[in-house]
This record gives sequence, structure tokens and C-alpha cells, in this order.
Amino acid sequence: MNSLVNRFSTTGAQNELRRAREETEEDDIGDSMWGSVAGFGNLTKSGPTFNLPSVADPTAFLRLHTDDHADPSCRIKIQHGTTTLAFRFKGGVIVAVDSRATAGSYIASGTVKKVIEINKFLLGTMAGGAADCQYWETYLGIQCRLHELRNRERISVAAASKYLSNLVYSYKGMGLSMGTMICGWDKTGPAVFYVDSDGTRLKGDLFSVGSGSTFAYGVLDQGYRWDLTDEEAQELGRRSIYAAGHRDAFSGNTINLYHVKENGWTFIGNYDVSEMHYDGPGNVPGGAPGGYGYEVRTGPSTVAV
Amino acid sequence: MECSFALTGNGYVLVASDTTAARSIVKMKTDEDKTKVLGPHLVMTYSGEPGDTVQFAEFVERNLRLHQIRHHQALRPQSAASWIRRALADSLRSRSPYAVNLLVGGFDTSVAAIREETEAVGGEPKLYWIDYLGTMAEVPFAAHGYGSYFALSLLDRYHNPQASLDEGIATLRRCIDEVSKRLIVAPSNYKVRVVDKDGVREVEL
Repeated sequence: MNSLVNRFSTTGAQNELRRAREETEEDDIGDSMWGSVAGFGNLTKSGPTFNLPSVADPTAFLRLHTDDHADPSCRIKIQHGTTTLAFRFKGGVIVAVDSRATAGSYIASGTVKKVIEINKFLLGTMAGGAADCQYWETYLGIQCRLHELRNRERISVAAASKYLSNLVYSYKGMGLSMGTMICGWDKTGPAVFYVDSDGTRLKGDLFSVGSGSTFAYGVLDQGYRWDLTDEEAQELGRRSIYAAGHRDAFSGNTINLYHVKENGWTFIGNYDVSEMHYDGPGNVPGGAPGGYGYEVRTGPSTVAV
Repeated sequence: MECSFALTGNGYVLVASDTTAARSIVKMKTDEDKTKVLGPHLVMTYSGEPGDTVQFAEFVERNLRLHQIRHHQALRPQSAASWIRRALADSLRSRSPYAVNLLVGGFDTSVAAIREETEAVGGEPKLYWIDYLGTMAEVPFAAHGYGSYFALSLLDRYHNPQASLDEGIATLRRCIDEVSKRLIVAPSNYKVRVVDKDGVREVEL
């Protein structure tokens, strides 16, 4: 009945959109276009537009159908559990992440790339919605490249992160879910910014994001100094993610480690959390001898097994 | 939890805001400046919904700067506070309101503000308490957040509008100490700014 009414009515949102589509002969006029200057002000293609669910309140719709907070029975599960960290020190920026993707209590993947390589000098980390992070950080990469072409200068980490935070802020309340660190090296040296889908943007030396972040902080905060050597810093990143992988059920599998220096980032390696537990990182620079695990580290357990 | 305090004294306004940026149970940062200098004699603390706070504060900052460029004259504290309140009230009635709580401290140096009793100090201290619903009140002292439950009664008892700057700072110190003593989620660090006839500057507690 409603669709019938819509079809023959001359006013209303649906109708204005339909007319707009007819007039401009373009199909990709999203429903989100409605409301911009009485529905007609801005109907040209300027920037990307998105099709929102054609319901009155997209946020409520999304909440109903995703595992927001405490409803395990819903159909769409969004990836939540993660541990990511990044810190700034004398020798650049260390970025370390785990690789587990969970959907509810199910481990959907153990080989996720949670570091997004935006360009040679910028890295983004992924926590929260995997698709949101991947899509918007890739999009950020495009904008950073355009900035380079327009201004003949690389974009600063501050500007890149602000671009992202302004972007996600414009979608506030529509269900985006991301907690990310934008890391890189620019004119000012190494830089780390925390950006999340609330629109928060913080400059800092040391951040950890995700369900395992508290466990990572426990190790990271205690071992952190500004004048860490490169090897010590890499070891600290690895150990902190291991700690989270061990204690947090929603983090684990493997560790991906990156180091950003003056000439761009380098991938240091991929380390299995279980191997770290029993054997340690082995013969890597700065690597501690032996496993990270408590029993492994302190010798035969005194606790009855 | 977020706390901010402000109080007026003889020829100055003191504003203080905690410097913690928290997300769920984690302190993400402990040296985030949640105050904004809006003009030569105007300063504001902001707290509230993450994201909204900085966006709104920067919006206000730029609009007041634009006014200054257009008119070669900064708005007086009263007018600036009214403009800010109106911006919040309009946003409240829009599709996406800013949920931000503010304390606006200013020092009115214009000739009109200089009465006999304020002449010696070069103007009149002004303080406005504004909440996210667009409520505004001109007050001698103010607080936002859980800290206000302790600080307001304390200030009722100890605030003196004729206090010197040192005495004012001592009273502010009392507020912060009381909150640290009794509030379980008390912030650890504060940024304190004073505005007087010489402008806005930071003070160490």
C-alpha cells in the first residue's frame, strides 16, 4: 500500500528522489541525497554518496541486525575482537597487531592483515569493523596521493589523520565502527594519531586499541622509554601483542610487526603467538632467549598440574 | 570522569579542565588540552560527547576569529557567550546536535565595563556556565561533570569574588584536592588558565 501511495504522490522523499533520478538520468543518486537543500539543492555528483538502508532510522536498523553489545542471536556479526598497538620512540614508530578475526565466539580467520599500508610513509591499524577500516583507510590513501599531486608535497600525518577523523565524524551515528591509529613519518618526525568512529582524534606517543588493549598496555607501558633502541622497540611491540594474544580470547594467532623510519615503513615479520609462548622469537635482533610464556620463562611450575 | 571548574576573583577568571581522554575503562591520553583560547580575553573549557567536543570548539574558535577579522574588534564576553549558547541551542534543534558542556571565562576590558570598582583591575571578570541543552547562566563560579557535586558546595563555602589571584588559585586547588580525595574516578591532571587585563595565560598549580 505504501509503495502504491509513494508511486502516485507528488511530494515526499521517495518521490523527490525518483524525480531527481528521472531528471538527471543518473542511477547513482543515493537516498542520502535527500534532505540536502530541500532535496534538490545538491543533486549533482560531488563526492561519493552511499545508499543507506531505506528505513527511517539507519542507525536503529543497523543496531537491530548486528551484534551490537549483548545480542548474540542476530544474523550479522561484525568483527570486534582485536589487539593493535603503535608507539613513537627515538628510532621511529613501531606498529604491531594480532591477526585474529572473530564473529561472536567463532574464530573466522587467523590470518587477517590488520595493518593497512596507506602509502610508503603511512600505516593505519584496524580495529572494529574490518570493512569500515579497510575501505576508509584505502580511501584515505587516495586522498593522500591527490594531496601529493596537488601540493607537490607529502601530506603530514596530522593532516591525514584529521582528514579521516572529519570524514568519520560526518558519518557519526550511522553505525561506522572503527578504532585506528594513523602512523607515519613526516617533516616533524615520527607521529602517531588515534582516530575512532566517535570522531575522537588524539595525538600521542603510545596507543593500543581493541579488546586486548588493556593486556597490551600492561606490558607496553612498563617497558616503554623514548630512547629504546630499534631492536628493543620491536621486541616490546612483539611482547605486548603476545601478552594480549595470550590473555584475550578474541586476540591471537599471529603477530604482524612494522617499523616506520625516516625513509618509510618496513615489514619486520610475522610471528606465531604459540611459538612465541614456547620458544620465543628465536634468533631475531633484540629477541629474548626462550619463550615469553610465564611457565616457560620461570622454569618448571611450582603449581600442581 | 571529565571535570572542569572555573571561578572569578578580583580582576581575573580562572578556568581549569582535566586533561584525560578516556575510552571505556582506558585512559588513552593524560595530557589532552580541553581548553580553547577564543580571543585576547576569552577562554573556554569543553567536555562531553567524544568527537563533538573538538568539532564544536573549533567551530566556535573560527567563527569568533572571523568576527574579529570582519569587525577589527573581538566580541565582548557577554556577546561571545550568547553567540556560543545560540550555536548550541540551534544545533540541539537540528538532526545531529552537539552534546558539549562549556565554561566560558572572559575579561571585559571595554570602557563600558569599567566602573569605579573595576577600574583598578582594568575591567570586569565574566564567567558563563553553558550545558549541552543550551542553558546559560552567568555565575561567580562553576563546574561541570561529577566533580561539580563536590566542588559547588565547596565553592559556596570558600569562594570570594574579591580574592587575589593567589587566593583564587588556592581555592581552585581545594576543589581539585577534594575531588581527588572523594571521587573514585578522579582525573589526575588539570590544565589551568587565567584571563585578566593582560590576556589569557596558563598557570601551574
